[in-house]
Amino acid sequence: MNYKFNWSVLWTGESGQWLLSGLIITLELSAAAWLIAVALGIVSGALRTVRVWPLRAAATFYVEFFRNVPLLVWMFFWYFAVPPLLPQAMQDFLFAHGLEFWAAVCALGVYSGARFSEVLRSGIQSIPKTQMEASVASGLTTVQAYRYVILPVALRIIIPPGTNESLNLLKNSSVALTISVAELTFQTRQIETYTARAIEALTAGTLIYLVLCVSIATVMSWVERRTAIPGLIVGGRQRR
Amino acid sequence: MLDLDVIWRNLSFLLVQGFLGIGTFVGGTLRLAIPSIVLGFILGIFIGIARLAPPAWIRVPAMLYVEFFRGVPLVMVIFWMWFIMPIVLGTTIPEFGVALTAFVVFEAAYLGEIVRAGIQSVPRGQVEAGTALGLTGAQGMRFVILPQALKNMIPSLVTQFIVLFKDTSLASIIGFMDLTKAAQVVNNREIRPFPIYLFIAVVYWVCTYSMSRYARYLEKRIGPA
Repeated sequence: MNYKFNWSVLWTGESGQWLLSGLIITLELSAAAWLIAVALGIVSGALRTVRVWPLRAAATFYVEFFRNVPLLVWMFFWYFAVPPLLPQAMQDFLFAHGLEFWAAVCALGVYSGARFSEVLRSGIQSIPKTQMEASVASGLTTVQAYRYVILPVALRIIIPPGTNESLNLLKNSSVALTISVAELTFQTRQIETYTARAIEALTAGTLIYLVLCVSIATVMSWVERRTAIPGLIVGGRQRR
Repeated sequence: MLDLDVIWRNLSFLLVQGFLGIGTFVGGTLRLAIPSIVLGFILGIFIGIARLAPPAWIRVPAMLYVEFFRGVPLVMVIFWMWFIMPIVLGTTIPEFGVALTAFVVFEAAYLGEIVRAGIQSVPRGQVEAGTALGLTGAQGMRFVILPQALKNMIPSLVTQFIVLFKDTSLASIIGFMDLTKAAQVVNNREIRPFPIYLFIAVVYWVCTYSMSRYARYLEKRIGPA
């Protein structure tokens, strides 16, 4: 192995700027996709537990289809196949405003939404049935019962697996480089292309991902302890 | 919009070359997925056992290995292998070798966690009974714990295999001719993105969904341990 390290490429030239802009795009992409994923996840996860079968079937179809196909295929699908189907005015708007970013947001958001959905469904199913019965008995409609009783409890129960999925979403955002979104991995490649220092560039990118993941996990385990529901076995488990 | 003719014309290229990997290009989703799963699982068993080993000099590196790879995107790991393997080995490596190494190393971290959970699910009394019968630690692991642990981890193993199967599509970013890359090639020629990408989505779906049905069936048949 004859490789001469030259770490200075990371702070000379434009490398630092590229890494920073890549980090910002990664965070923007992940945040936008996260909002879509959580919204879709809550709606479809809740619908998978209701009695009305057409709603349940629609939610099941969404989850099973989007979750079981690789994210990369969805990236290409939203980037190449969907825009031509849109009205011309909307196409022009998207081409002028960074189509690849919004395609990546849709791909990552809809894909992760299907995965969040499974997390929420198992959260709802872990709540004792009597909670639902008690809500209905006290005069709430099904929608109200979900809104005021079931979902608030379920969302607190699923913080640990939800955090896990959120970190997956963050890491999966790197797949967006395939449709040329200038996120962190893309910028890491760019540094490599300009300086031919592969190991230095990859180390920088890798460390940024590691720091992001570890810090989010740390913050969320604090949130989990703060929001644990004492009475519930699943929610009230104490961390050692 | 749904031009099925374009699929029909390119069906053999997509499925035989892209999915199976038989043809002029080095490629194939299945040809990459199957060895990745087998080798990743073997490495995963060692990592899972190492994470439970009493000496810290075995346990801590195994823990760091798992935490490292679980905190890094797979795309990053593929690029690492792509650049570092020629430097370390001093020769060029074909895409297949790079992709296979990346998947084995990456998935072994996840599979190791499953193996560890499986081993921990075996009651302690089993270990003690093995020792009482005069088995050494390695023999107890091989003949008493692992067979039972394996049974408990089958559902999560199948789930992880599905994840790995989907992840093999990322090998296309270093030029490996898998199903996704084959679809890209066909689309560059035909410019019919909607039917082509929808078609490969369905191919992936049929494989992963049948695997997940099988996992559910196994879970029911084996029952909670």
